[in-house]
Amino acid sequence: MNFELTEEQEMIRDAARDFAQRELLPGVIERDENAIYPKEQVKRLGELGFLGMLVGTEYDGGGMDTVSYVLAMEEISKVDASVSVIMSVNNSLVCWGVQKYGSEAQKEEFLKPMARGDKIGAFLLSEPEAGSDATSQRTTAVDMGDHYLVNGIKNWITSGGTASTYLLIAHTHPEKKHHGINAFLIDSNLEGISVGPHENKMGMRASDTHSVMFNNVKIPKENRLGEDGQGFKIAMKSLEGGRIGIASQALGLASGAYELALQYAQERKTFGKEIIKHQAIAFKLADMAVEIEAARYFCLKAAWLKDQGKPYGQASAMAKLYAAETAMKVTTEAVQIHGGNGYVKEYHVERLMREAKLTQIYEGTSEIQKIVISRGLLA
Amino acid sequence: MKILVCISNVPDTTTKIKFANNNTQVDDAGVQWIINPWDELALTRAIELKEDSSNSFDEVCVVNVGLAKSDATLRKALAIGADKAIRIDAEPLDAYFVAGQIADYIKNNPFDIVLSGIESSDYNGSSVGGMLSEFLDCPAISSMTKLEVDNGEIIIHRAIPGGKQVLELQAPFVGIVQKGITNEPRIPAMRGIMMARKKPLEVVSPVDLKALSHIVEFELPQAKASCRMISEERLEALVDLLKSEAKVL
Ligand SMILES: Cc1cc2nc3c(=O)[nH]c(=O)nc-3n(C[C@H](O)[C@H](O)[C@H](O)COP(=O)(O)OP(=O)(O)OC[C@H]3O[C@@H](n4cnc5c(N)ncnc54)[C@H](O)[C@@H]3O)c2cc1C
Repeated sequence: MNFELTEEQEMIRDAARDFAQRELLPGVIERDENAIYPKEQVKRLGELGFLGMLVGTEYDGGGMDTVSYVLAMEEISKVDASVSVIMSVNNSLVCWGVQKYGSEAQKEEFLKPMARGDKIGAFLLSEPEAGSDATSQRTTAVDMGDHYLVNGIKNWITSGGTASTYLLIAHTHPEKKHHGINAFLIDSNLEGISVGPHENKMGMRASDTHSVMFNNVKIPKENRLGEDGQGFKIAMKSLEGGRIGIASQALGLASGAYELALQYAQERKTFGKEIIKHQAIAFKLADMAVEIEAARYFCLKAAWLKDQGKPYGQASAMAKLYAAETAMKVTTEAVQIHGGNGYVKEYHVERLMREAKLTQIYEGTSEIQKIVISRGLLA
Repeated sequence: MKILVCISNVPDTTTKIKFANNNTQVDDAGVQWIINPWDELALTRAIELKEDSSNSFDEVCVVNVGLAKSDATLRKALAIGADKAIRIDAEPLDAYFVAGQIADYIKNNPFDIVLSGIESSDYNGSSVGGMLSEFLDCPAISSMTKLEVDNGEIIIHRAIPGGKQVLELQAPFVGIVQKGITNEPRIPAMRGIMMARKKPLEVVSPVDLKALSHIVEFELPQAKASCRMISEERLEALVDLLKSEAKVL
C-alpha cells in the first residue's frame, strides 16, 4: 500500500487548481445563471491538455494516468462543474472508446483533434425511452450496403450543440437485442442531423445539453467503431471509466462546498462566537470531512485499478454511487452552514448543491449503480 | 542568446509559518514549496521571449541553490517551459552565499541575460540580484517591469516612483524583476508536465564560500485584528467606528 502521490500527480493537481481558481472562478455565477457556454474556458482547457489528458501521447494526448485525472477533475469541479462535465465526457466517454476500439484511420481523423482540444466530443446513448434501460435503443442504423442509414432521437446529450464529433449508439439489428447495437464515430454536421433547443436545466446550466435528431443520415461504413455488434459493449465499457470521471466530479462538488463552509464557519459569528465553535456546526464539518475523504479513496482506488489494467467496473460503480450521494449530502449541509447567505448565488454553495443533484442521475442513476454493484456481488 | 532565471524555493504563500530550534529556523514540516512568485513571473517572461520567433533566444535555464527538496520546484519550472534546470547542492545560507554560488556557475557557463525576482516571498531580502551583478561585474537593472527585444536591441522599463524609466542596453546584464513584467505566471500544460520528465536537472557541487550573516531569531508579527465588513449603505456607521473604535479620526 502506498497513499503517496507522485511529484507529477501533485503538479497536475496544482495546475488544475490554479486554472480553476484563476480562470474558471471569474464569471462562473453569471455563466450558470444565464446558461452561457464556457467557450473561452473550454478552449483553455484544451490548450492546457486537460481535454485529452488520458489519451496516449502518440495521439496528441497528455498520456497521463487515471489517478491524475481524478485529481484534476476534483479541482476543476470544485469551481465549475459545467466545465468539468465537458472534460469528463470528452476524455472518458469519447476519446477512450476511440483509442481502445478505433482503427488507425479513425484515431487519426477523430481522436487526435479531440485529444488536442481542437474538437469536442459528445456521447450519444440516451434516448427518450432509453435512459437507465439503455438496451431499449430505438435509433436505427440500417445497413444499406455501402453505408448505414440512421434515424432516431438522442436525448440529454452533453455538448450536443457544440461538439464536432459524435460517438453514436444505434441499433443495426433490433432482433438481436443488445448484440445488434453498434457504435459510430461521426461528424456532427452530417446532413440530416438537427439539434434541439438548449435544455433549461437546474444545474450545470453552462454546459449545453440537447436532443439530437437523425433523419435519414448517411454514415459511411468505415465510421463504425469496433466490430459489428460490439456497440453495446463499447458503451458500457466507456461508462465504466466515465463513472470515475463523474465520481471525481461529485467529489469536487463536495470538497468545494466543504472548503467554502469551513471558511465561512470560522468567520461567521453568532451568540458571541464563530459558528464553528458551536458543536452542531463543528460536527457537521467533521462528518463532511470524513465522507469526502472516503469518496476520494473510492475514486482513487477505481482509478488505480484502471491504471493497473485490473477490472474496475465494480469499483467505479461504488465510487460513483458513494461520491454522488456524498456530494448531495455535503452540498446541502454547506448551504445549511451558510444560513441565509447559502441560499443566494454569490456564496456559490447553492449552485454546487444544484449541480450535485445531477451526479446522482447521469451516467447511471444511483439506483442503477446499486444494480451494477449487486450484480457484481454475485458474479 | 541564453537566459538564466534564478529560482528561489519558498513556502506556499498561504503557509502558516511556525519556527523551530529556539526560533532560529522555519519549521518546514508539512510546508508546500513553490517557485518564488517574482521568479515565476521572470520565468514566464523568459519563456515568452524564447517562444517569440522574432528574436534569437534559444535556451531558458533555471538555477536554484538548495537541497533536494527544491527538485519538485525545479521540475515545475521545467514543466512550465524551461529547457534545463541546475541545482547547486547547498543549503541557501544567505543572499551573499546564494549569489556567490550562482555567480561561480555563470562564470563557467555564461548567459546573456540573468533574471532574478526583486525579492523572495520567504525572507524578502531583495539582495541576490544586486550581489550577483557585482560578482559578475555587469549591470543590474532593478525593478524591471518590461523586457523586450526590438530588432536585436534590448529595451527595459523600470518602475520608478511616480513613473517609469525606459532603458536600452547590451547583454550581459542582471535583470531584477518586478510585477508587471508579464501578466500572470504560466500554468504548466499536460504536455509540459510530461516533457519535464525528459529534461535535464543537473545537480552541481557548491564552491567553498562562507555566508556573511546568520539568523539569530525569528519573531512572528502581531496577529491582525479580524476584518469587519460594513455595507456601503451604512457609511455613517463606518465613520463612527473609525472614530470610536479604531480612533484614527
Ligand atoms: C444534464 C444531463 C446530461 C446528460 N448527458 C448525457 C450524455 O452526454 N449522453 C447520454 O447518452 N446521456 C446523457 N444523459 C442521460 C442520463 O444518463 C439519463 O438521464 C440517465 O441515465 C437516467 O435515464 P432517464 O432520464 O431515462 O431516467 P429513467 O431511466 O426513466 O429513470 C427514472 C427513475 O427510475 C429509476 N429506475 C429506472 N430503472 C430502474 C430499475 N431497474 N430499478 C430501480 N430504479 C430504476 C431511476 O434510477 C430513476 O430514479 C444526461 C442527462 C442529463 C440530465
